[in-house]
Amino acid sequence: MVTQTQTRNITYTQAINEAMREEMRLDERVFIMGEDIQKGVYGASGGLFAEFGGERVRDCPLSENAFFGAAVGAAAVGMRPIVESLSSFMWVGMDQLVSQAAKMRYMFGGQVNLPIVYRAAMYYGGSMAAHHSDRSHPLFMNIPGFKIVFASNAYDGKGLLKSAIRTNDPVIFWEDRTILGARAEVPEDDYSIPLGVADVKRQGSDATIVAIGGMVPRALTAADALAAEGISAEVIDPRTLVPLDKAAILKSVAKTGRLVVVDMAHKTCSAASEIAAIVAMEGFWDLQAPIQRLGTINVHIPFSPALEPLCYPTNESIAEAVRTTMS
Amino acid sequence: MLDKTALTEMMRRMLRIRHFEEAVINLVERGEIVGAAHSYIGEEAVAVGACMALRDDDWMTGNHRSHGHPIAKGGNVRTAMAELLGKRTGICKGKGGSMHLADFSIGILGESGILGSSIPVAVGAALGSRLQGNDRVAVCFFGDGASNEGAFHESINLAAIWKLPVIFLCENNQYAVTSSFKEMVASDNISDRAAAYSIPGVLVDGQDALAMHEAVTQAVARARSGQGPTLVEGRTYRYYDHSLGLGRIVRDSYRDDDELEQWRQRDPLDIHRAHLIEQNIATPEELDALEAQVKAEIEEAVTFARESPYPDPSEVWEDMFADPIPLE
Ligand SMILES: Cc1ncc(C[n+]2csc(CCOP(=O)(O)OP(=O)(O)O)c2C)c(N)n1
Ligand SMILES: [Mg+2]
Repeated sequence: MVTQTQTRNITYTQAINEAMREEMRLDERVFIMGEDIQKGVYGASGGLFAEFGGERVRDCPLSENAFFGAAVGAAAVGMRPIVESLSSFMWVGMDQLVSQAAKMRYMFGGQVNLPIVYRAAMYYGGSMAAHHSDRSHPLFMNIPGFKIVFASNAYDGKGLLKSAIRTNDPVIFWEDRTILGARAEVPEDDYSIPLGVADVKRQGSDATIVAIGGMVPRALTAADALAAEGISAEVIDPRTLVPLDKAAILKSVAKTGRLVVVDMAHKTCSAASEIAAIVAMEGFWDLQAPIQRLGTINVHIPFSPALEPLCYPTNESIAEAVRTTMS
Repeated sequence: MLDKTALTEMMRRMLRIRHFEEAVINLVERGEIVGAAHSYIGEEAVAVGACMALRDDDWMTGNHRSHGHPIAKGGNVRTAMAELLGKRTGICKGKGGSMHLADFSIGILGESGILGSSIPVAVGAALGSRLQGNDRVAVCFFGDGASNEGAFHESINLAAIWKLPVIFLCENNQYAVTSSFKEMVASDNISDRAAAYSIPGVLVDGQDALAMHEAVTQAVARARSGQGPTLVEGRTYRYYDHSLGLGRIVRDSYRDDDELEQWRQRDPLDIHRAHLIEQNIATPEELDALEAQVKAEIEEAVTFARESPYPDPSEVWEDMFADPIPLE
C-alpha cells in the first residue's frame, strides 16, 4: 500500500513562519523578540502577533545588546526565546552573543541550558552595499557554544528551524535572502530534520561540490552544465555547519576523488576553508586533485550592480572549479 | 523593619565577605590563587544590604568584582573558594574562576568579566518572570565604570519601557581601575541618569547596610508590583588595589591616602556593628563570637578548597552543550 503524504508548495519565508507558529503553539515557553516584527516587516514573522499577542511577539527598541542579552537571561530562567535580526546587526549585539550566549554554559560548569535561536537574515547580492551584506557564519564557527544552521530551501529550513527551537542550546539560524522566495514541497504533517545531517542534493560520481545556503542552487546549476559536458558532479549540502556532518562529506569524496567547496563568506577562514582543511587531513588519500575553495573575494561588498556580482561564487565559477579538478 | 535574626544575618554575611576576601589576599600572595582576583573589601554593605532585601528565588547577576555578590545572596563559601582554586568541587567545576562565580540553585545567574555584559541578562531574567507570571525580581550589580557601557543604557531603557522587575544596582566605588567617575561620568551622580529613562534613581550611602537595605526594599516592592525598574547607586569605596597585585603595575597614584583613610573611618562592618550594639540587638561579646564562627567557617572553606581535587583532564570536554555534539 502506498501512503500518500499531503504536501504544500511554500516559500522559504513561509516555511520559517510556519515553523515558528507551530512551535509556539506546541510550547508556550517559545516567544519572539525583534525589531518591527509585530507588523511583520521582513515577512517571516507575519501573522504571529495576531495569533500570539504582544507578550510573546515582542517588538524591541533598536538595542541589540539589550535584547540579544535579554534572550540569554530569559532562557536561563526557563524560557525558549527566538530572536529575529539581520546578519549585519549581529556585530552590534556581538558581546551578548559571544560573552553570554556562547560562553555561559561552559564557564559556569554546565549549570544552565540556553535554548535560544538567533535568526539572522543574510542579505547579499541585492545592492545593499557593505553595511547590509555580511555573511559572517564562519566567525561564529570559530566561537564554540553555537549550533549553526544554514538551510538552502523551504523544506530543510522548516524542519531545521523546528529542531533548532527544540534543541537546548544557542543556535544561529542563517536565512539566506537570495533563496527565501524559492518554493518547495513541504509535508502537511509535523516533521523536523536533525541537526548535523548533511543532504545529498544531487548524486554524482566525478567530483563533489559542497555548498551551503544560496550557494546550493548555484552548485546545482553548475552541475547541470557540467552534466552536458559529461562530468557528473555530486552536490552535498551540510545544512548545519556546527555540528558538521564530516562523514557525509568524506564519504562523497571517497567516491568522487575531487572536491570543490563553495561559500558566500569571504574566502579567508571561511566555512569552505574549514571543510577543505578537514578533507585535506582526513580524506587526503582519496583525493585525485587539489581541493578547490570558492568564496567571496576579500573586499567589502560594493554597491554598484556592475561590481557586486564580481565578488561572489557564480554558477560559472563553480563549474570552472570542477573542471579544474578534472584536468 | 528587620528583626534580630535578619540584622544578625546581615552582620554574618558582611563578616563572611570580609574574611573570605582576606583569605583570598593571602592565597593570592602565596600563589595558590592564580589569574585575576578583585577584592570587595570596603564595599560589603552594598551587596549585603541589597541582597537581604531579596528572596532566595530572586535573580542576580554581577561583575568581575565577584566574590561579594554571591556570598551576600547566601552562596556557599566552600564551593566559591574551591572555584577560586580551580578545583572540580568549585561551583563552576573550576571553569569560571574568581571573576565568574554563579550558582543557579539560588538565583545567581553569573558574574561577568566583560563589564556591562551581564546587565541585559538580568533584564532577560526579569522578562522571564513577566512571561511566566511570577513575581521574582532581578538585581544586577555593576560598577561606576560599567555604567558608561552601552549595554547599561540599552538595558535600562528596555526594562523601563516594558516595566520589568529589575533593580539596577550601581556600586559606585568611585574608580574604574584608575579613572575617577568624576571625570568619566557626565552627571554628578550615576543615579541622576535614571531621569533620562523616567524611572526612580536613588543615591544611597553604600557604607550603611541598613540604608542600602531600605532603598533596595523599596525598589523591590516597586518591581514586584509591576511598576518597573529602579536605579540604585550605592556610594562606596574599595580599600585595595583594583585587582589584587595590580599595585605592582599601576605606578602613579590615582587616589591619596587621606581619601582612603577617610573612607576607612566609615567602615561598613564597624557601622553595622555599632548599630547592633546601640540598638541592643547584640552584645560585643556575641558579635565577637559571630566573627570567630565566620573565621572558622572560612578557614574550613580554604581547607576544603585546598584538599579538593583538580578537575580530571577529561572534564575539559564537558559542559559545552546541553544536547552534546562531537567536539574536537
Ligand atoms: C568591556 C570591558 N572593558 C574593560 C574591561 C577591563 N576592566 C576590568 S575592571 C575595569 C574597571 C571597572 O570599573 P567599575 O565598573 O567601576 O567596577 P569596579 O572595578 O570599580 O568594581 C576595567 C576597565 C573589562 N573587563 N570589560
Ligand atoms: Mg568602580
